[in-house]
Amino acid sequence: MNHVDFEVGSGEALIVQGPNGVGKSSLLRVIAGLVAKAKGTIELEGGMPERSVAEHSHYFGHLDALKPLQSVLENLSFWRSFFEAADFGDGKVRESMSEMEALETLGIAHTATLPAGYLSAGQRRRLSVARLLVVPRPVWLLDEPTSALDKASEEVLLGLIADHINAGGLVVAATHLPLNLPNTRYLNLSPVTTESEHMFASDDLDDYFDEDEQGEG
Amino acid sequence: MNWMKCLFVREYQLANRVGGGALIGVLFFLAVVTIFPFGVGPDMILLARIGAAILWIGALLATLLGLDRLFQADREDGSLELLVMSGRPLELVVLVKCAAHWTATGLPLVLATPILSLFVGLDFESIVRVTLTLLVGAPALTLLGAVGAGVTVSMRRGGVLLSILVIPLAIPILIFGVSAAMAGAIDSNNFLVPFMFLCALTLFGLVVGPLAAAAALRVSGD
Repeated sequence: MNHVDFEVGSGEALIVQGPNGVGKSSLLRVIAGLVAKAKGTIELEGGMPERSVAEHSHYFGHLDALKPLQSVLENLSFWRSFFEAADFGDGKVRESMSEMEALETLGIAHTATLPAGYLSAGQRRRLSVARLLVVPRPVWLLDEPTSALDKASEEVLLGLIADHINAGGLVVAATHLPLNLPNTRYLNLSPVTTESEHMFASDDLDDYFDEDEQGEG
Repeated sequence: MNWMKCLFVREYQLANRVGGGALIGVLFFLAVVTIFPFGVGPDMILLARIGAAILWIGALLATLLGLDRLFQADREDGSLELLVMSGRPLELVVLVKCAAHWTATGLPLVLATPILSLFVGLDFESIVRVTLTLLVGAPALTLLGAVGAGVTVSMRRGGVLLSILVIPLAIPILIFGVSAAMAGAIDSNNFLVPFMFLCALTLFGLVVGPLAAAAALRVSGD
């Protein structure tokens, strides 16, 4: 993957599209700092300068990061206390939800005391989303966020993502299903790996030749 | 500091719940130590002479047994990615995980040592010495093993490779541990010199272990 340039502002969503294996997930993992980038820069404007982009981000990947032996509430409480919250960079203080509020929002409050191992795939997915709600961080990196979710929970999740965008957050989502989100831009990754083949299908193509991948927190 | 406490409590609980494997180490220790008298024969004098070494080798093997899951379980369920990008210093995360792992699996080994010492016919003073050296030296084994666990985290059969990597590096710990345990009296130089070296190795491991393991984990995401 080379010559990928994009810019996302706060209050915007970037949908990364493309066929399987083109590098949608890899792009998210690079932004999350999980995979070292070969070259290039990823910058976040307006965040806390001493912290990396990854430390402003929530990564919501294919794995749910749940311990089956611990209860739903224990799993969520752990991530809540473990993750460091990050500023949105606009000076406003954001209230994070409590664990139970997040579980209620996602409709799995009744499972709070059950071991996470008893949950269905969709419920595990929702519990994993709850992590994003209990710790405020401006950047959400979502990898196929709606997989394993039924229609109703998909609506709830899209609503939560829209709330996050409207609150000044920034979303980068890799998907091949259409997501109905406000302020959406699109990044189409094509399988051709020669230079300059990744088309940037945003409404303003001026950013296309920017050297940096930028976001404004 | 609160996050460290939460991580410690979680790791400790996970190790102690069903399938966590905290007690497996003690049972394995018991198996290794009890098999020796059957192999060596009923020679109490010989057993007492090599007893400290048997206990140390048993503790080393039992420590290695549980270490392959230290980071691998987190990697398989995706927790490791989140630990890496959480914004918490990864070296401290590793240190806290090692501390919890040692409390759950290493400390029971130390506590079982006086009882198992009777199996190999050690006298009272030897029992005190072996237990004391294991208390000080076993954390070094865990910290060293954590480096191996970090390096082998992405491998399917990492457990065997972990042992092959770590056992040669554990030789200094074993040498100083056993020589302190076999020394004459606790207040003699024969005991104190290797014992101090053992303390130094543990302190060394406290610094180098988390640094090396964290470096290995950072590149494991590829």
